Parts: sequence; structure tokens; C-alpha cells
Amino acid sequence: MIDRLTDNRGLDSFDLRYLGLILAILGIGVFSIHSVTHAQQGGIAPYYLKQLVWIFLGAVAFVVMWVSDYHRIARLAYPAYMLVLLMLTFVLLEGRTSKGAQRWIALGPFSFQPSEFAKLVLILVLAHYYSKAPRVGWLQRVIVPGMLMLPGLVLILKQPDLGSGLSFVAVYAAMLLMVGVRSQALGVILLFSVMLFPFVWEGVWGSLHDYQRQRIMAFVDSDYDPSGKGYHALQSRIAIGSGELIGKGLYGGTQSQLKFLPEGHTDFVFAVYAEEWGFLGVLILLVLFVALIWLSLEIASKAKDELGALLAVGIVAMLCFCVVVNIGMTAGMFPIVGIPLPLVSYGGSATVMTMASLGLLLNVKRRRLSLFY
Amino acid sequence: MASANYPEAEFDELQRRLIILRVGLLLVVALLGLRLWHLQIREGPYYRDLSENNRTRLVLLEPARGLIYDRHGVLLANNVPSFSLYVTLEDVKDREGLIQKLTDLLGLDPALIRKKLAGKGSKLLPRKIKDRMTLRDATVIESHRLDLPGVMVQVESQRNYPGGVTAAHLLGYVGEVSADQLEKPEFADLHQGSVVGQYGVEKSYDRHVRGAAGQKSVEVDALGHEKKTAVVEKPQAGNDLYLTIDIRLQKVAEELLGEEFGAIVALDPTNGDVLAMASRPAFDPNVLSRELTPKQWVEIVQDEGRPLNNRASQGQYPPGSTFKVPMAVAALETNTMSPSSTVHCNGGYQFGRRRYRDWKAGGHGSVNLHTALVHSCDVYFYTVGQRMGIEVMADFGKDFGLGQGTGVELPSERSGIMPSSAWKQKAKNEPWLPGETISAAIGQGYVTVTPLQMASLIGTVANNGVNYRPRLVQAVMDRTTGNLQELPAVPRGKVKAKPDTFRVIKEALADVVNVGTATRAKSSLVTIGGKTGTAQVTALRTGPEKDIPKKFRDHAWFIAFAPVESPKIAVVVLAEHMGHGGSAAAPLAKEVIETYIKLAPQVPLVTSDSSKTGHARRSMGQS
Repeated sequence: MIDRLTDNRGLDSFDLRYLGLILAILGIGVFSIHSVTHAQQGGIAPYYLKQLVWIFLGAVAFVVMWVSDYHRIARLAYPAYMLVLLMLTFVLLEGRTSKGAQRWIALGPFSFQPSEFAKLVLILVLAHYYSKAPRVGWLQRVIVPGMLMLPGLVLILKQPDLGSGLSFVAVYAAMLLMVGVRSQALGVILLFSVMLFPFVWEGVWGSLHDYQRQRIMAFVDSDYDPSGKGYHALQSRIAIGSGELIGKGLYGGTQSQLKFLPEGHTDFVFAVYAEEWGFLGVLILLVLFVALIWLSLEIASKAKDELGALLAVGIVAMLCFCVVVNIGMTAGMFPIVGIPLPLVSYGGSATVMTMASLGLLLNVKRRRLSLFY
Repeated sequence: MASANYPEAEFDELQRRLIILRVGLLLVVALLGLRLWHLQIREGPYYRDLSENNRTRLVLLEPARGLIYDRHGVLLANNVPSFSLYVTLEDVKDREGLIQKLTDLLGLDPALIRKKLAGKGSKLLPRKIKDRMTLRDATVIESHRLDLPGVMVQVESQRNYPGGVTAAHLLGYVGEVSADQLEKPEFADLHQGSVVGQYGVEKSYDRHVRGAAGQKSVEVDALGHEKKTAVVEKPQAGNDLYLTIDIRLQKVAEELLGEEFGAIVALDPTNGDVLAMASRPAFDPNVLSRELTPKQWVEIVQDEGRPLNNRASQGQYPPGSTFKVPMAVAALETNTMSPSSTVHCNGGYQFGRRRYRDWKAGGHGSVNLHTALVHSCDVYFYTVGQRMGIEVMADFGKDFGLGQGTGVELPSERSGIMPSSAWKQKAKNEPWLPGETISAAIGQGYVTVTPLQMASLIGTVANNGVNYRPRLVQAVMDRTTGNLQELPAVPRGKVKAKPDTFRVIKEALADVVNVGTATRAKSSLVTIGGKTGTAQVTALRTGPEKDIPKKFRDHAWFIAFAPVESPKIAVVVLAEHMGHGGSAAAPLAKEVIETYIKLAPQVPLVTSDSSKTGHARRSMGQS
């Protein structure tokens, strides 16, 4: 009966600030997608309408993940992971090819990317593992979870999808730092070096010869900029820089409207937004993201049990990683890897997965009151 | 029960680590913000410029070249629409791929495209790859537009010469400005692909006819496809030229020369107007104004007839006996001879060990100035030359404009040679030999002249010593204001001589035609005065004329004016390797003069009421 009581009070836990932030970021995404694609599309349904459909599906996933008990969801982690691994294998064998990489499974008129869902499933798997397993020694703290992650990572890198692979590693690393590594000092050092690595990367990368870079890039990712001329990176920098303080206005971004900027509605949507809304718009978006992540960390720190905290940490880590790397790569700080901007970039699988994750996060907040029983 | 798995110590540790995560997050976001501030605020204007360059292209709008008319408003050069192919390098991602595609689609020479694309200049400016495309080719390009980023077909005006080869040397032709020309200040406002006059009046009056290019700003997308255009500056059409030539007379002159090599020049001695200037062989300026393949160029340049040579202003020939005209003026003016003083001609002139022959083996007997000119007695002029000396001859020759350009507004006019001892010292580093004076006295030896110089010379004689610079353009019409600006005749000094001198000489020249060496020039329509000349090509003369290979035969000269009483036209005929002036050249001069007289009375060139509009004159000329 106590269970029933907390469940009723769960609705009160629903945080309007949280919802407002999510909707604001989604709105920015829809406008930017509309802006960049409205001029260039033919007969097919406009991207922004399709994105609205994805957001609706995402909202359904959000509610489902929010209302069900996350302990029950976590118990499905291993079967879900098996399913994801099967799908990833299937993608490699049969999947739809897009831009030289096989990432998609076609389901009627829709197609989806198992690698996106693999990220959420990995968070579930690791959280479930750490909350259940007796954690003594390196083997159980670091090696076993690493072995859990590895098959998914290999299959994703094989596609090849460097961006999803890196997010995979980021989730694992975040978990490791939160609970896997015992020494706090080591944890701090690792955490900072992981977070700052991208900023150092440019220096390391810049010291390599062109052919070395091309070899490395060709090895890990054949998708972006195979000619090695930095066309995407330059056009993206021009788009962002030319936005100056107040931007060129909605639909005014010449870089994106005139197709100089490739992938304007997906991975480079931030550049479109920055070009049209300028530095002020960029600051607003950054503040929205920071606020969302802040609230999420709040949830993590107030979780009633370790499973909840770990789920929250995993989701926040993934969100942080995607936001930082995406903005960093469009701003020319990191090499270009295919990571979409969460909630903003066009893309069904990523939108639905991110919204489902946020639903799960809210679920963790809702359940924290059951500490009282 | 779940809390059993959640040791208190580890929970606290997690809390602490979450704080570190927050600090880390803020740090990273601050770095991102800093980077974006750097991009958008500090370097914002730079990237704004780059984005503007990305999307807008300035496309030059070529001006329409001014039209060229003859003295009566008959159209000689105009412009017709034509398709040109342009490539903007900035929009070309795969240059070799594009070259391959263009080669496949249009059958162009890949090496030529490569060369055109390799030229200096901004990558943002479209470069002309081909002009005068066929409609079919233009359609092919347009239909493959999506596969050909950076490629564009423009409709432009192409120079057209309705008369084909007629007056080719005079009009000249146009062509793309060359890399060397672009370095020069007078072409400073031009760019690669601009069309400029490369020959003839098109070249010498280029700055009038050229006009000024306009610009349009074209917004393009990443594939180089035009989205919007706005005219920034309208092109300004070039000015129209009204030449001094009468195209009817020009055609007659050219037909008279036919397939033979040579030149005919007709001037109005009272103002220097060039009425006709024919040179054969000729070229088709329509062909030369087009893009020529290197092979075509070699063919034209290596043609033995040298069709690009304007024989009227660039051909230098010994004047032969026509030189006796200035000699006669000099003889009277220096009192070397009086009109009545005589010389005995026995068919030769002994000087030192050498005997200088007269063309008439038996000699002319006793000759005075009149008979010496009428029958072209060499011995008389040997004597005059010997008595005057080369320096006096050179002074008079220079007074008549020999040894210097006439100043005609044609590119690369040649000046011929009026030798003197100083000239020989300078040119050959040898002293003047007395015998050379005797050769020079009958227009052989070192003396060379152009047909145009001789036309000016005989015109000066006809006009009693008053000389005008030969001119080709009598008026320029400003396209923007509609003003017709008449160009004045340019006096070029006067040969100072006693009034009697020219009278005596002109009487003699009239008798050359009446009873002398040029009776074949005698006309029933008009009195003609003239002087024949035969310029030796080689001193080795063996056997009769017809047995000599043509390239060693003499050049035939005839210089003439008419009517004798009040000269209106001066004509020079030079027929290469055609033998005697009297037989080969004089009849042609007669035809030209008669044609001109028949064409008269002329419509006055520019009347005060027609000067306001060029259009009125144009329709008048075509009627």
C-alpha cells in the first residue's frame, strides 16, 4: 500500500521546468530544420513535419519510460542488449546503406538505427550490472563491464559509425568514473582527461601529416570528408562565424540556405542555428542545455538507490558527450565525427532514443520518494 | 530492499563525484562558449566576408562594341548574339572531371580548356572557355547543368563583319585581350576574356569602340547555380565609327587586284581622307575574330602571301620611277634644272667605271624636265641626282614624307627608307658611295616606300604642296549622348615650292597619261595625271620578262591624281611582280578614278542637321 501511495505522488514529481527545457530545445531544432530544408525540398514530406512525427513518437516513448518502474525496465537490460546485438549484426549483413555506411534497418516506410538504441540499452546494462554485482577487485569493477560493452562497440565501429562508437565508450567511461574506479583522485584525473581530451585533440591531430590523418580517418571513419580538404569543417566555421552577434535571422542563413553547408539539418544543425541566430542565440541554447543537464545531475544525486543514480549518470554522460562533441566539431575544435546534437538534429532514432532516456531520467526522480517506505 | 545494495559510503562517494562532474561540465561549456565567442564575435566579420564571397559572384557584362560604318553610313562591322561558355573555378570541385565532361559533350580540346582554366585571376570570376557555340551545344550544356557545377552559358555579342574580306586590313579584327596586353596600362580596366581590337581600326580606335563593361551580382548556391541576379552596373556600349572610306570604291579596288598581290590606296588630297585602301591577299576578319586553333594560326602566319600584312601601310618597295616626281620638284626648287634646260640621253650614263643604263636602250635624245617625266627618262634624273647629291634628295624626300610614317591610324605602319649618308653610316656603318646617289635618283637602291606614302606624296603634289595626314575615321558617334563628333583633317606641313613648280610638274604628269608611259590610264571621263614606276626586285635581269620566274619579276607602280585641274582623288596602285607600271598598274588606277568620279556627286559627309542623330545618317547610307 505504501507502493500505491508513492505512485500517486509520482505525478507531483513531474517537473515543469524539465519539460519546458526539453520542449524549448526541441522547438529550436524544428525551426532550424525547417529553415535549412524548406528551400531545398521536392515532393517528399518536409523534414520538419517528419521531425514532428518523431517527436510525437519520442513523447510516447518518454511517457512509457516515465511511468513504468525503472527496476522493471532494468531487469529487461540483458534481453534488450541481446536484441540490440542481433539487430546490429543484421544491419551489417542486410542493412540499408547510406553514405557508405550500413546503419539502418528498414521497417516499411521507416528505417531506424539500432546503434542509437544500443546506447540507451548499454546504459541499462551497465547500471543494472553495477547495482547487482558484488564489486570487489578490478575484474568485476572494470574488466567485466568492459567485456559487456565490447560486442556492441565492435559491431557499431564495423558499420562504421565512429560517433555512436565514441558515445558508447563515453557511457562506459562515465560509469567507470562514477562507481567503477575506487580511488577518487584517479577518478578525477580520468574524468578531466576524458572531458578535456577533445580540446587537446586538435593539437595532437594538427601535428600529424596530412597522409597520416587521412589514413587514420579512413581507418576509423570513411564517412566524412574523405578528400581531406576540410570542406565541411570550413563551411561550418564560416556558417557559425558569419552569424556574428545577432545572426542573419530565420531563413537568412546563406551558408545553409544555399547548400554550402552539408548535412545542415542533421549533424550540422548547430551551425545553421548559429548562423541564423548569432552568438546570442548560441548562448541561449547553451544555457538551455546546461540547465537540462544540471537538472538531470540533480536527479542523479537525489536518486533513491544506486540503480537510479547510475541510470541518471549514464544518461547525463551521454547527453553531455553528444552536446559537447557536436558543438565542438561544428565549431572546428574537434575532428568531424558523426554525432547529432540531441533533441535538435533531425533524425528519428536519435530523437526517440533521447526522449526515451529523458523519460527514464524523470522516472528515477519519481521513484526517489519510495525511499520512505 | 534495494537500498541494501547501496552502501552508504559509496553513495557519499557518488555524490562527491557528481560535484566534480558539474564542475567539469561548466568548464567544458565555458570553453565551448569561448570558442564560439571567438568565431562569432572576434572573427565574425571575417567569416561574414567569406560567406558573402561564397554566395555572390560578380559577373561582368560585356559591352556591345561600337559599330563601324563607311563614309556614307554603310554598315561594315556590327555585333550578333552568340553563346559563350564560362567556368567559375570557385564552384568547380573536380576540375579534371569537368574537363572530361566538357570534352565529351562538346568535343572540345581538353588541353585548350586546361590552359584557359590555368590562367591567372580570381577564382570567383567566370572564365570564358569557348565562344560562338552553336545553339545545339548551348542546349546540351543547359540540359546537363546539374552535372556541371560552375559552368554557365552566356549570351554575348560577337563581332561580325558583313562584308567578309572586304576592307579586312582596314577594319582589322578583334580577339581576346592577351596576357601581355593585360599588363599594359591602356588595358587596365579589362580582364581576361575581354575582347579588344587586335588589328586595323579595331585596334587603333579600340578605346573608342570598346565601351565599358558592366557588372551583375549573381547569387549562387553551392553548386554554382544562379539563384538571383541584380545588375550592379550597366555595360556601356562603345562608340560608333564613321570611316572615310567609300565601301563601293573599296570593293572596286579589291576586285581590280583580284588574285594578284598588291595594294591600292585612294586619298582625297584636299583633306587626307582615305577613300579606299585595298591590300591583297586578304583574310576574313570573321574567322580571325573567332577562337582559332594553334594549327589555324600557323596556317595563317606561315602563308607565303602573308595575308595579315597590310601592303598599303606595311609593304615597303623601291619606288622606281615614281620617285622621279619628288626628284623633279627638287630639281626645279634647287635650280639644278630649269623647266627648259635639257640633258642629252643616249641610253646610258657613265659614272666612273660603271655605265648606268636608261630603260630605253637607244636613249631619249635631248630631254627637258617635261619630256623626262613623260617618257620617264632615267639619264635625265641620273644627271639631276648627280648634280644635287644625296643630302638634297634626302631633304626633299623627307619634305614629302618619305622615310617616316604618314601617321595613319593603323597599327604597325612602316616608314620605308629615305637614305642619306648619315642614314647609311648609322644603319650599315659604311660611308655613302657616289654611285648609290645615281641609283637612288630613279628610286632604286636603298630607297623604299609604302604605297600609302606614295599616295600621300602624289596627293601633296596634286594639292600644290599642302599635305594632310591620311585619316581613316572622320567622325565618332557617342552612344550615350548621341553626339556625333567630327574629327578634323590634320595638316601635315607644306612642301615649300614656287607656284610654277607644281604647275609644270602636273602638266608633265598629265602628259604621262596623254602621250607618255601611261597612256593606258587615259580616261574619257576625267583628266588624269600620273607617273609610272617599275621597281626592280632583283638586279639579275636576263632575258625577256615572260621568262623570268614570277617572284623575280618587277613590281608595277602607278601614282595618279584626278582631275588634273582641281584634284579630288589621289590613287596609288602597286602590283607585285606584275612588270611595268604603265601596263600593269596604270589601267587599275584609271578604273578606281573613274569609279570615284561616277560615284560623285557625293552626298555631303556630315551636314549640320544630320549631325544630331547618327541613325538618320545610317538609314541614308543604306538606302
